[in-house]
Amino acid sequence: MTGLTPSQTVGPFFAIGLPFEAGPYACEQDAPDAIWVRGTVYDGAGDPVPDALIETWQTSPTDFRGFTRCATGPDGSYAIRTRRPGPVPGPDGRPQAPHLAVSVFARGLLDRVVTRIYFEDGADPILSTVDPSRRATLVATPHEDGYRFDIRLQGEGETVFFEF
Amino acid sequence: MGSYEKPPAGTHPPLDSPSYGSSRLRHPTMTPLVIPQTVTEVTGPVLGERDLGPLDADLTRQHAGEPLGERIVVHGRVLDGDGRPIPDTLVEVWQANAAGRYLHDLDRHPAPLDPNFSGAGRCLTDAQGRYRFVTVKPGAYPWKNHHNAWRPAHIHFSLFGRAFTQRLVTQMYFPGDPLFDHDPIFNSVPDLAARQRMVSAFDLEATEPEWALAYRWDVVLRGSHASVFEDES
Repeated sequence: MTGLTPSQTVGPFFAIGLPFEAGPYACEQDAPDAIWVRGTVYDGAGDPVPDALIETWQTSPTDFRGFTRCATGPDGSYAIRTRRPGPVPGPDGRPQAPHLAVSVFARGLLDRVVTRIYFEDGADPILSTVDPSRRATLVATPHEDGYRFDIRLQGEGETVFFEF
Repeated sequence: MGSYEKPPAGTHPPLDSPSYGSSRLRHPTMTPLVIPQTVTEVTGPVLGERDLGPLDADLTRQHAGEPLGERIVVHGRVLDGDGRPIPDTLVEVWQANAAGRYLHDLDRHPAPLDPNFSGAGRCLTDAQGRYRFVTVKPGAYPWKNHHNAWRPAHIHFSLFGRAFTQRLVTQMYFPGDPLFDHDPIFNSVPDLAARQRMVSAFDLEATEPEWALAYRWDVVLRGSHASVFEDES
């Protein structure tokens, strides 16, 4: 096995290299199943994180890019527009509920943290392994034109992060 | 679809790294939940549909004039942990200019900006997993982590590989930098050998006589070798 390259922080200046104009928009504006997912990233003091980078990945639907990238603004907020995912196959053939995989990068994070955005707290082989008292941190809440999903990096209401 | 091998302990920095001040309020305190690798984790975006411009990989030719500094070639391969090259995958880079200043509103280091240098590049690896950038060597710069803190010269790299599992953002360093011993970000990687893998090698073969020096740096993303062993057992 070849030795892996370690992770390092994205730092405070990634905006010169990573965000791109179409980044937050994975689909056409008028796609019939398009949704907005909006939220704010918070640190352990409850302050918004103005220099985080959010990326999402989904395998359903299959006929589009499935990837979004959005830097948080001065108020710690991000917004992405993508297509509503459907269920996908899971371990042991059980279906997984619709979800987006999320990476969070930021100054102060030496490695990305990963989580998932679900759209309801239903039957799902991954969600079912999460402590019920923390499950809500993985479920987006319906909002005017889509959903809200806040990310708390540390402290009260800390988002559940995954390792795989 | 195989699953991807877990990184050996000590490869990646702990998120709680007290000597790196910015990590204090940003590292999760709860242990991450281990989940199986499903179709979501073992697949990833195919990027590059954004038109890559011919000058995207040459950071010295993105403006009317040439940037100041030591012109260098930075090249290498993107591999997985099994040593297999990863072709057609997006590589993104960003860096400070030769004076150690980023083209970013929040960079307050009183070093000059260079009107001929933006400091961002991208390319796709070729069929053998190779990438190549032309740029100038970035300068070291001060930061406020502790008294008289300076970052060793580095180029930021962003890589996708083939799967969400392989996503990596890291930094490439230059050999023999006297600041290594004093940098909490470089030293956040616990394993010494892993830390050294972030340091590029001077590459005389790839220098361009009368024109540019060269550094070689391979990036290794998680491999899926473990699943082969499982199949054999």
